[in-house]
Amino acid sequence: MWKYDPVLFSRVLTELTLTFHIIYATIGVGVPLMIAIAQWVGIRKNDEHYILLARRWTRGFVVTVAVGVVTGTAIGLQLSLLWPNFMQLAGQVISLPLFMETFAFFLEAIFLGIYLYTWDRFENQKKHLLLLIPVAIGSSASAMFITMVNAFMNTPQGFELKNGVITNIEPLVAMFNPATPTKVAHVLATAYMTCAFVLASIAAWHLMRGNRHIYHKKALYLTMKTALIFSLASALVGDLSGKFLAEYQPEKLAAAEWHFETSTHAPLVLFGMLDENNNIKNALIIPNALSILAHNHPAAEVKGLNEFPKEETPPLYIHYLFDLMVTLGVFLTVVAAVYWLGKIFKWKFVAKKWFFGLLVASGPLSMLAIEAGWYLAEVGRQPWILRGYMKTAEAATSSAHVDTMLILFSILYLILGIASAAVLINMFRKNPVERELAERSGQQEVMAE
Amino acid sequence: MTLEIVGISVLWLFLFGYVIVASIDFGAGFFSAYSDFAKKKHILHKIIQRYLSPVWEVTNVFLVFFFVGIVGFFPKTAYYYGSILLVPASIAIVLLAIRGSYYAFHTYGGTERNWYLLAYGLTGLFIPASLSIVLTISEGGFVEKSGETLTLLYKELFVSPLTWSIVLLSITSVLYISATFLTYYANEAGDMQARELLRKYALSWSGPTILSALLIIYQLRHHNPEHYSNMFNIAWMFAISCLFFVLTVYLLWKKRHFGWAFISLLLQYAFAFYAYGISHYPYLLYPYLTIYDGFTNQAMAIALIIAFIAGFLLLIPSLYLLMRLFLFNKKYVKGQL
Ligand code: HDD
Ligand code: HEM
Ligand code: HEM
Repeated sequence: MWKYDPVLFSRVLTELTLTFHIIYATIGVGVPLMIAIAQWVGIRKNDEHYILLARRWTRGFVVTVAVGVVTGTAIGLQLSLLWPNFMQLAGQVISLPLFMETFAFFLEAIFLGIYLYTWDRFENQKKHLLLLIPVAIGSSASAMFITMVNAFMNTPQGFELKNGVITNIEPLVAMFNPATPTKVAHVLATAYMTCAFVLASIAAWHLMRGNRHIYHKKALYLTMKTALIFSLASALVGDLSGKFLAEYQPEKLAAAEWHFETSTHAPLVLFGMLDENNNIKNALIIPNALSILAHNHPAAEVKGLNEFPKEETPPLYIHYLFDLMVTLGVFLTVVAAVYWLGKIFKWKFVAKKWFFGLLVASGPLSMLAIEAGWYLAEVGRQPWILRGYMKTAEAATSSAHVDTMLILFSILYLILGIASAAVLINMFRKNPVERELAERSGQQEVMAE
Repeated sequence: MTLEIVGISVLWLFLFGYVIVASIDFGAGFFSAYSDFAKKKHILHKIIQRYLSPVWEVTNVFLVFFFVGIVGFFPKTAYYYGSILLVPASIAIVLLAIRGSYYAFHTYGGTERNWYLLAYGLTGLFIPASLSIVLTISEGGFVEKSGETLTLLYKELFVSPLTWSIVLLSITSVLYISATFLTYYANEAGDMQARELLRKYALSWSGPTILSALLIIYQLRHHNPEHYSNMFNIAWMFAISCLFFVLTVYLLWKKRHFGWAFISLLLQYAFAFYAYGISHYPYLLYPYLTIYDGFTNQAMAIALIIAFIAGFLLLIPSLYLLMRLFLFNKKYVKGQL
């Protein structure tokens, strides 16, 4: 018998919207930084190629921003529509960063509007570049504020709950909860990393197809160097996130690692399967590694899952999400490092077709790691929506139409996803780099005469 | 002044901001699509594109600010309105999505599709209509509370004349506000042909806005007598609003001072909007929720107000810069930049 369950549908709709939003939001956070780097290099080296790079990225960026804004507006409203009980409770404690986020949006929106329409209005390109700084700050700040809200859901503090009434509220304490530092740093670092890889994918795509224009080579070098820096940062902060979990959310780490009995010298389990008695089979076991990840010491004790009541532990499949994220993180860091070393030592294979193919894959893979990471973080918090205070099932709406809305939004995102991809591809197909470069140098000659 | 009042005033101010900038945007979109089908595209299209393209995202943020802010100051609204608005708000989101993506896909992506333009133009009317439903619901009588569950009475809402009067006002206002603004804008741009066309639109939509406003007041008398009598206590505000209305129409008629005509329109709407808000006081949702029992705690309220002031200080110069570079930049307006 099929039974309508608003909680289930609310969860699926939230997952759907966030899964879709996070793609565009990540681009929104990282790409302004990449544009700024390219434009800055262009101005400093007086190199037309980098300026054009910045211009073309900006044009594509506008399309993704639009979808980011639209889906962000959707999730912003859906938080109240689907989780009214949660927002009523948590809103009393954590609405400050949500509110501040809207100011960050304002800043970003205003200066993006100005930046877009003033490419040729300033004699001095540096002034134009200055306009991009508030855009980059605005989008990174919105990511920071929303991540603070999410951090609060994992480690709520700054209030007291007595008989369903909240007292002693301290908004700043709630904002700067124990999860905030690692979460914000990891989200920002991975967003920059992902955007660098996504833009590198585009350059690598052209090179792989046999277009050896110096423009693409410069683009690839710039983006891969940035990607290397940020993937190292991401791995470093990821390690700190593990230590955070060991201390504050040990059940999430234990579930992610299939670590059932509390023990010292805990091993890191990679992939594998569980049988019905929770015995691990076919896994890659790295001795002591979990103890190192959790406490920086091979002999340290790590709490096991059996210490927690069964109904308060997250689903065990998050193990694969964790493995996927970490494997991709390590893999991408290695790829970026090999490329960079290859450029220095003039290794031939970094200009081979198959290697470009690998680089083309790096962008989508990085995005996949972001999705895996978020699913790990959110599913790993279950059954709680506000850890220790409110269960997800208590938070949802009881409205009768969540299933219909799920269908409605599925169609919407499908259309938006396909349309934005089609528009982007079209836009750059119709206006290839070579032609634009020729036009621009033609213009400059006219101006010089 | 209590913190509750400060909170609701800030939100009301931003809602007013949204009503104005969004009306300009929605109406302009409608005129743009309409002019395309009425073969007057060459007259209006350029003017409208120049004004709208740089600012649509800012317009959207006004809305986001409002709904995030109201949940911040009045967390119980998340519960009351969140529980009942699932369907209407979802529809509004979808419409907003069509609209937002139109700008990006069309303006920057260069896709020209007639049906898309049509959909975009129509969202300009449907979005205000769907958002205005919230105002209707706030008047009470459309929500049933049994125990802890709230349900929206769709049928009552759909057949109520009050609903349709408010929808009517929202649509006519959108067209009136944007036509008046664009008349001014076209005049600045020195595009006389566009100015005359838009001036004609503005004048023809002025009457219907007032008529539908009167219709609403009449409906309220039966639907929500308490609100109706509150309105009478501040009738002077509505009277001032009417005076500004007459002034706007007069200036438009005489083809004089289009800038002042628009400012007078702003004052007309500001007075009416605040009068409506004040007479609605203290209810957020008749008869279940007032600003007092829905309010957040003291500590959060103060934190939000401080954040608001800091944010506002950041916004004012930025908005000023945006306006100076686009709206009030003679060269940009005339298309010379
Ligand atoms: C490009 C994406 C990416 C990459 C390569 C990595 N991560 Fe990650 N990870 C994320 C993207 C991400 C994320 C999407 O940003 C998450 C989800 C929520 C959050 O705070 O960050 C996340 C969460 C997250 C968490 C859970 C934090 C929490 O729930 O509070 C841990 C323990 C790690 N990561 C650890 C790592 C380690 C040890 C990595 C080693 C390379 C790593 N991550 C690479
Ligand atoms: C303001 C911050 C956030 C709030 C209030 C929030 C709220 C929620 C809620 C209510 C759920 C439902 C629980 C469930 O499905 O079991 C959920 C799950 C989820 N959220 Fe968050 N979330 C926030 C931040 C994020 C962010 C930033 C992301 C990243 C994109 C995200 C991704 C997800 C995902 C993927 C799920 C599905 C988890 C599952 O299957 O159980 N969330 N979140
Ligand atoms: C529950 C989670 C989230 C909510 C409620 C939310 C809310 C929103 C809203 C309302 C907007 C539209 C703002 C506008 O009108 O300009 C938006 C856009 C945006 N969001 Fe989200 N968001 C969430 C998750 C995230 C995450 C996890 C990130 C980054 C890591 C992020 C980064 C952004 C950015 C950068 C934009 C601006 C649009 C762009 O540049 O693409 N958001 N978000």
